[in-house]
Formats: sequence, C-alpha cells, structure tokens
Amino acid sequence: MQQFANPARFLALANRILPFIWVAAIVAFAAGLYGALAAAPADYQQGETVRIMFVHVPAAWLAMFVYAVMAISSAIAIVFRHPLADAAAKCAAPIGAVFCFLALATGSIWGRPMWGTWWVWDARLTSMFVLMLLYLGYIAVWQAIDDPHRAALVARVVALAGAINLPIVKFSVDWWNSLHQPASVLRMDGPAIHSSILWPLLVMAIAYTLLFLALHLVAIRAEIGQRKIRALRIAAIGER
Amino acid sequence: MFRGISFSVEAGNLLQLVGPNGSGKSTLLRLIAGLCDIADGSLALDGGHEELSIGQQCHYAAHQDAIKPALTVVENLRFWSGFLGGGNVDGALAAFDLKRLETFPAALLSAGQRHRLSLSRLALLPRPIWLLDEPTVGLDSASLEKLWALIRDHLVKGGLAIAATHVPLPFPGTEKLDLGVEAAA
Amino acid sequence: MSILWALIRRDLTLAIRQGGGVGTALGFFLTFVVLLPLGLGPDQALLQRLAPGALWVALLLSVLLSASTLFQQDYEDGSLDVMALGAAPLELVALAKSAAHWLSAGLPLAIAAPLLGFLLNLNPAGIWPLAISMITGSLALSLIASIGAAVTVGLRRGGLLVSLLVLPLYVPVLIFGVSASAGGPQIATAALLILLALALVSLVLAPLAAAAALRAYLK
Repeated sequence: MQQFANPARFLALANRILPFIWVAAIVAFAAGLYGALAAAPADYQQGETVRIMFVHVPAAWLAMFVYAVMAISSAIAIVFRHPLADAAAKCAAPIGAVFCFLALATGSIWGRPMWGTWWVWDARLTSMFVLMLLYLGYIAVWQAIDDPHRAALVARVVALAGAINLPIVKFSVDWWNSLHQPASVLRMDGPAIHSSILWPLLVMAIAYTLLFLALHLVAIRAEIGQRKIRALRIAAIGER
Repeated sequence: MFRGISFSVEAGNLLQLVGPNGSGKSTLLRLIAGLCDIADGSLALDGGHEELSIGQQCHYAAHQDAIKPALTVVENLRFWSGFLGGGNVDGALAAFDLKRLETFPAALLSAGQRHRLSLSRLALLPRPIWLLDEPTVGLDSASLEKLWALIRDHLVKGGLAIAATHVPLPFPGTEKLDLGVEAAA
Repeated sequence: MSILWALIRRDLTLAIRQGGGVGTALGFFLTFVVLLPLGLGPDQALLQRLAPGALWVALLLSVLLSASTLFQQDYEDGSLDVMALGAAPLELVALAKSAAHWLSAGLPLAIAAPLLGFLLNLNPAGIWPLAISMITGSLALSLIASIGAAVTVGLRRGGLLVSLLVLPLYVPVLIFGVSASAGGPQIATAALLILLALALVSLVLAPLAAAAALRAYLK
C-alpha cells in the first residue's frame, strides 16, 4: 500500500483546491470574453474577425506550455522517480493536443478571410502541425503498450525526444520558410498591440491556463483511480 | 509477483528453484541478473568483482536461445566471445559435442542441438554466477550428462548456480527454494 | 571497442545473408521514384525542380522502413538479454546496431539515390551535393530511426507507430538536407554544416534514448 501514500496526499490537496481553480477559471473566462467580444475595438483592417485572436493565441501558447509540462514531468519521472510524474505527463497530453488542435483550427478559420486560404505551409503553422503530431505519437505510445509501467518508461523517452526536437523543428522551418517566401506576406503581428486588446488577451491566457490546471488535476485524479482499480484487480487474481 | 522471499547461495553450491507455473521462477532469475527492477528488497554479492554489476558476472541461459539462424554454429559462438569479452570458442564447442556441426548454419539445427549451442555459452568464458532457466528441456541423456559435468566443474571451481527446474539434480548439498510455498506463506 | 566491432560485424553479416535488408530498401526506393512521375505527370521541367526533394523523401521513407525492426530479432530471440549482461552498456549496443544499419542500408541508399536521379531528370550538377548531403543525413536518419525501433520493439504491430513517432523527428533533416542539395552555394554549405551537426547530435542522444526504451522492454 506504500505506493498510494503519496497519491493519497495529492488527492486530498487536489480535492481541496479544485473548486477554487474552477471558480477562478470561470471568472477569468467571463472577464476575458467580455473584454474580447465587447470591450476590445474591431480592427480597422480585419474588422470583427480579429476577435478570433483571443481564442487562437492563448490556445497556441497553451499548446506549447502543456508540452513543456509534459516534458518536464517526464524528466522529473526519470530523475526523481516521483510516482505521480508519469501520470502528470500522461494526463497533460490529450489536453495539450486539444489546445493544439484548437490553435490550428481557429488559425485556419482566421486565415481564410485574411490570407484567402485555409492553410499555408508557413513556418509557424508547420511547427504547430509537427507539435500536433508529437502529441498524437505520445498518446499512441500509451495506448499501444498494455503494461502501464513499461508504457510509462517508454513514453518518457518519446516525450523528451520530442522536446529536444521541437525547437530544432521551429528553427529549421523558420529557415526553410525564409528561403521560399518573404516574411512580409504572413506577418501575424499585424496591428501594434494596443492596451485595449492586450488586457483581454492576457486575461484569456490566464483563463486558459486555469482551465488547463483544473482539467489536468481532474485527469490525474481519474488516472490514480484507474491505477487503484488495476492494483485491486491484480491483487484479486493473486488471491484466487 | 512475489514478496517475502529470502535466500542465500554459497560459492560452490547450487540453488534449485521449484514452484508451480506463474510462481515467478523466471522472474526471480531475471531479477538476479538485473534484467528486472526489484520493487522492494535487496540483492548482494559478497566477494564479487567490485566494478562489475551482478548481471555482468552472470551467465543467463533461458528458453530464448540468443542464436542467429543465419550464422553458422561457430560464428554464433565467435560473436558471443567477441561481445562478452573473450572466451574459448573451441572449448565451448567441445563442451556439448558441437565440433562436428561447427560449419553448419544454426538454422539447420534441431531443437535439442540449438539448446546445446545456447548452453555452450556457459563454457565460453568463466563467470561466477550461472542462472539457468529450465536448462534440461529437450536434452538427450548424453547431453544431460555433459550439462551435469559442466555444472559440477563450475561448482568445484567455486562458482555458484541457480537453476529453475523440476528435474532432480545430481549434486550433493543442493538447496531447494519452493516459490509456491513461499508465496502462499 | 572490439565489442562494438564484434556486434557491427555480426549485423553486417546478417544483413548480407538474410536478405530483406538493403536490397529490399533499394527496391522500395526505386518503386517510389517510378511512381512519382506517374502521379505528377511526365513534365521534365517540373520533375527536375522536384527531384532533390522527392529523392530525399524517398530516402527518408526507405531508411525508416528498413530500420523500424532494428532491435526486433535480438529482442525476440533473447540476444538482447545476453547483451544487457555484457561488459558494454546498452547505449553502445544501440550505437553499434545503428552504425551497422547505416553501413548496410543508409549509406548504400545515399550513394544509389543520386544515381537514380536521372529517372527524375535530376540536374547533373546536383548529383554531388545530393550525394554528400544524403551520406551525411542518412547517418542522422538511421540513428533517429533507432529510437523509434527501440520504442516499439515489443509491440506486435508497431510499424505504423514507428512512422508516427519518427517522421516528425525527421523534419529538420529533411529541410536542411534539401537545402544542402538544392540551395545556392552559400546556403548549401551552411545547410550541410547544420546537417552534420544534426548527425553528431543524434550520434550522442539517439543511443541514450534507444537504450532507455530497450531497458523498459527487458523488464
């Protein structure tokens, strides 16, 4: 039962702080969405479509942040053998993948009226696309390997290999892109950021982060539950 | 897998692991070799080589025979002697009477001959600990005698061996560890 | 060192005797190159423009496919167990096996690919840059594929998973490889140096990652 000692403490803590995080996330979303949809002015060039940015940019930030969480958890799992680090990495992946998908999808919807196409092989888009593939690969590893201990050990390798590769991809596609087309066409930072746009953006980023935190805690809680069920089943087989 | 087992083997002795299927005989052998992590517990080797891990002082022979069918008998042994850091290939061939077969591709060997080739790694170079998982399966009586002779020689030279098998072993002072009983207790 | 050499020599012998190695990979490469004009149309100017990139993609896929089962046999027949008890750590085992794979598959492919370029109307001036960049890049490709091969070694149907895991890691090699073989002289030199750097980084990191994954499967 020793292996549950630490998770038990985590569960108690998670249950205590989760309601606060949910409330904070809802408040942040309310404020952020008000700022984004009502308070912020429409862009003089892009019109109302600029409001996609408030959904799009924080999603892209979170997609990268969550991968970092995943990679750091994996590193902690290797170095300190913390029993929850693997669970933290495993549970972060699907959430990060959804953020990544959201960033790609909203970017595509935004790109259609702005650039006249759903998709361009721009450096930023390409590296986000690769990030999405890394998420999918990581999730696939957990699903492909039946034994959870073995899956955890292998998934660490996959998460860290992707983490090293991601900056290299980012750097290489920047370079690749500069060979093919001038950066002026696809400048995404169009309007200089004005405070009326900046504060809703930051509030939305905080709201996304809180949402991630809440979902992550819930997912880890569920993962611990599943581990317990598995351990009990194995014990039951042993007694027969 | 199991808990609460403890055992010790002295140099020159053999420990026989017995127990029903699934009682963890193979796992215990892999554990000693360091191929598995020990969840809780310890393993110590007195008087071994300090810079080598326990696994690096073990010969591990199991059902999976580590033989490449595309290589000849002697090439298989030569590879392992190169990889494991030296060894007497001719002696290993002689140990299980494989000299006549040395230029044959391993793919042509029968199951028993393959097993003999796999076991001849034991004679390739000396290592103080032998971990044998069902070493007698598929051996004819002549080969069985050769295996006993090889183990006896190893024990006389001060080696120790742990074998998972139900065959009665012809060595005086063989201790038995029954994993089925230990696990139930 | 002699341990590494023993393993490399064994793997090369096996690659020559067993078939299914470089011959099949070359066949796959050839088929890919033949299919391309069928899909794109026989426009010579278009093919010439696409040739370096197309050959690189073909190289990527053939190296990946031939390396995806790099550790499979040794895992299944117990050789990996015995190797884990050898004097050399598994990192060196992974390194030696990747090196053997590069020598027996990556390198022959990298040499043959530019020669097959005539099927795609490759500009003759591009043959040397392509050959040099492919020789350098294929080393990185073999090493990176060894990570994928190790991660899926115990899985019965790991083939597709290897592709999903390894191809994103191939992106930088592909980009700099194509730049090194088709860019202007200055760009090509810079890209070749980066390609070399990628190969050296993989030489250090890929065996570490592959060995960590192999250990997970031995347990």
